[in-house]
Parts: sequence; C-alpha cells; structure tokens
Amino acid sequence: MASTHILSAYDDELKYLSRRISEMGGLAEQMCSDAVRALVNSDAALAQKVISDDVILDHAEREIGDKAIVTIARRQPVAADLREIVGSLRIASDLERVGDLGKNTAKRVIAVQGTGVPRKLARGLEHLSDLALVQLKDVLDVYATRSAEKAEAIRSRDEEIDAMYTSLFRELLTYMMEDPRNITTCTHLLFCAKNIERIGDHATNIAETIYYMTTGAQPEGDRPKDDSSNTLGAITE
Amino acid sequence: MNMMSESAVEKALDQKMSDASHKMIGKDVSVYYGEKRALFDVNLNVRENTVTALIGPSGCGKSTFLRCLNRMNDTIENCRVTGKITLDEDDIYDNNIDVVELRARVGMVFQKPNPFPKTIYENISYGPRIHGLSKNKADMDQIVEASLQRAGLWGEVKDRLHESGTGLSGGQQQRLCIARAIAVSPEVILMDEPCSALDPIATAKVEELIHELRANYTIVIVTHSMQQAARVSQRTAMFHLGQLVEENDTDKMFTNPDDQRTQDYIMGRFG
Repeated sequence: MASTHILSAYDDELKYLSRRISEMGGLAEQMCSDAVRALVNSDAALAQKVISDDVILDHAEREIGDKAIVTIARRQPVAADLREIVGSLRIASDLERVGDLGKNTAKRVIAVQGTGVPRKLARGLEHLSDLALVQLKDVLDVYATRSAEKAEAIRSRDEEIDAMYTSLFRELLTYMMEDPRNITTCTHLLFCAKNIERIGDHATNIAETIYYMTTGAQPEGDRPKDDSSNTLGAITE
Repeated sequence: MNMMSESAVEKALDQKMSDASHKMIGKDVSVYYGEKRALFDVNLNVRENTVTALIGPSGCGKSTFLRCLNRMNDTIENCRVTGKITLDEDDIYDNNIDVVELRARVGMVFQKPNPFPKTIYENISYGPRIHGLSKNKADMDQIVEASLQRAGLWGEVKDRLHESGTGLSGGQQQRLCIARAIAVSPEVILMDEPCSALDPIATAKVEELIHELRANYTIVIVTHSMQQAARVSQRTAMFHLGQLVEENDTDKMFTNPDDQRTQDYIMGRFG
C-alpha cells in the first residue's frame, strides 16, 4: 500500500473499507469476550448488550458490501486492488458470523442462569475463549499490517483451539453421564464451546484471506486440525 | 445445446492456444528513430489463434513494436529496426521479402476508421483485386460478402453496398476496415487502438468481432484501455520506456501480475 492511486478518491474508498473492517473486528472481538464473561458470571445484562450489539455488526457488514459493490462498479479494480476489495467482502462476512456466534453464546446465558456454570467448566470455557480471542485479535493486527508471513503463522495455530475444544467436549460428556440433571446446562455449554471453536475457524479464514490479498496465491496445504470431537464417544471396542 | 457447443469451441481454442505454435517471433527487437532509441531488445512471441494485447503508458513503445510486425516502420524516415522478427519462420526483414505480400499476410486496422472514399463494395474488393485473389465478378462478390459477414457488418450494409463507405457510422466504418483487412485472407491482424474513437456500443461490437476472429486469425492489439485488454485478450504484454516489462496470461496479468511496474500501471497508481 506504499504507492497511491492517481485518483485520490479511489484511495479514500479503499481506506474506508479497511477502516470499517477494523471497526467491525474490534466490535466482534468485544462481543465475544463479553459473551463468555456473561456466561461464566451469569450476567444477563451483559448478555443482553451483546445481543443488541449484533445489530451494529450486521449493519456494518451491509455497508461494507454496498461500498465494495459501488467501488467495483466505478473503478473496475484489478490485481491487488481487486483482491483487496474481494478480501474485504470475505472478511466482513467472517466477522459478521463471529458476531452471530457471540450473540448465540449470549442468548444461552439466560438458559443456564438458574443452575449456574460449574467452576471447572467455566475455567475450561474461559481458556478456550482466551485462545480463540487471541487468534481473532492477532488476525486483526495482521489485517492492519497485511503480513502474509504472520497470516500463515496464525493459520497454523488453529490446531490448539481444536484440541482444547475436544477436551472440553469430553469433560461435558462426563458431567452429563454423572448426573442427568446436568444435561440441560451441559448441552448449552457444549453449544457455547462449539461457538467459540467456530470463532477460531473464522479467524483462520480471515488469515487465509489476508494471505490471498497480499500474495495473490492461496495458502498451501490443508489447515492443521485437531478436532476429534466428531468421533468422540463412538464405541471402539 | 447451442451454449454447450460454443463452450466446446472455446475449450478447443484454448487447447489450441496452450500448445499453439508461435506465429510470430520477435527476437532482440530494437527500434531507433534517428538517434533516439524507442525499443530496447524486445523478445516477444505471438501465439497462433490468440489475441495478444500490448499495453503500457504513452510512448512506451507498444505501437512501435506493433508496427514492426508488418514493417509499417519502413514508411517512417530515419527509422531503423534491429533484431529479428519471423512470421512462420520467414525473416520478415529479409531482403527477399515482398513487403506488399507481407502486409497482405499481416493486415492492419488503425485507431481512426479510415475507409477509402469509395463505395463499401470497393473498400473490400480493392485488396483482393490488387493481390489477384479473384478470377471474376462472382468470385469477388463472394469475397466481399464473406468478409462483411465475418466482420459482422453484412446485415447492416447488404442493401447499400454501392453507397460510400464514409457514410457509415464510426463503429460501422471500423468494422468495414476490419472487413477490408480480412478480405485479403491475412494470417495475422494488427490493431492499433481500434476502439479509441468509438462509443461503448460500437466498441462492444468490435470486441465481439475480435473474439470471433480469434478462431481463424492471430490478433495483436494495442490498447490504452486496460479493461479492453482484459476483456479481449488471452495474453497481455506490458511495455514501459521501450522495454517489455512482462508478458503473461491475461488472467494472471489482471489478478496477480509478476512485475511491480505492471501492477502500478494497471491499478492506476504512481509508479
């Protein structure tokens, strides 16, 4: 982004997109961290705030989409500019999904409020969310610098979140087996854990998009995965 | 059904292109206008049945290179061309080459439509007549009709073949010039900004024509419109300050070019 366009209005349009993406990122990050805090502290008011913040995020995504379409129509972008705009669209939709996952987590706060969240599980969820939020925060920092190298590094970190999620999954199953009265709460918590794990996936998507925006190539190789929860509990004897 | 067969044709053409032989080969081509050097050792091959677009800022040498391909630079005083250019392995700067015959094999369409101040029919028939391509009137009628058909102009002019060519609209005149170029059965067609004087509708018609002509001819087009290069060509060559900066598949060129200067130019940035 060192050189600028001959048409300065074009630069302004591209800057607008990247500024709005950064704003969306900040809000999505805040929503997710608030949602988990509301969950472990049974804070219904905070949960309500997360739910209403999602409207802002949805609105921002639509505005970015509109602006991107207008820019494509007016400027006929090519090469790095085209990748920049298409990348903005993808990242905006990833961030909008992150917001939805935060909102969904917040909604479950009300459902588990009566029973509260067992201390040990709360710590597990917090840890999982710390990992996912660091991932999200880092990817947003990389977005600001557009470093393909760092984007690739983030992509390879998703594995950790997957492993943590699998262990939480296992723990929740154990609780449910111990006492069927735990099932309602644990099921909600399971969805929350899944939501958080998905946030990590979206952060990884964003890292891949940034890599593409910067280099014009797709990152090579499969993204590393360590989510074995989909086969967990299967009878293997 | 129709669409399927068309895409099959397209596919066959792309296949043909990917293993296309090089119709024309430019090796270490340099051009001097008097003391001033306009091209620096350009190595550029033109693939058969392919539209090759030459792009670059004004004065970059793209039109100079284009004009080397049918020795139009010969007409400019003080102009000297070094290096080697071949057409199907014939050295076109060889002393034994008949320049008139060369220009029949490598036709040209210019920026401004320049029909002869004669009838539409005579505009087309002139070339075939001087090259002795027809035996009789019926033969000539056939050449005229076929050329106008190929240029997508037949339907619009068939009832006024004996009216003046200059009475046509700008877009029609340009397609008449393309028909005129086709009439002598060239192998390569050079186009120097063929749409810069046309409105968007006429431009679209010429571009559609270029797209169709690719099946039978090899086309090299100089254009100032990057979008046009992206729309009509399969290969793009970028010139800057008399040098060939990059030559690549058009798809690659407009999504992820290799050279920073190409990137800056096509994105409209200061280099």
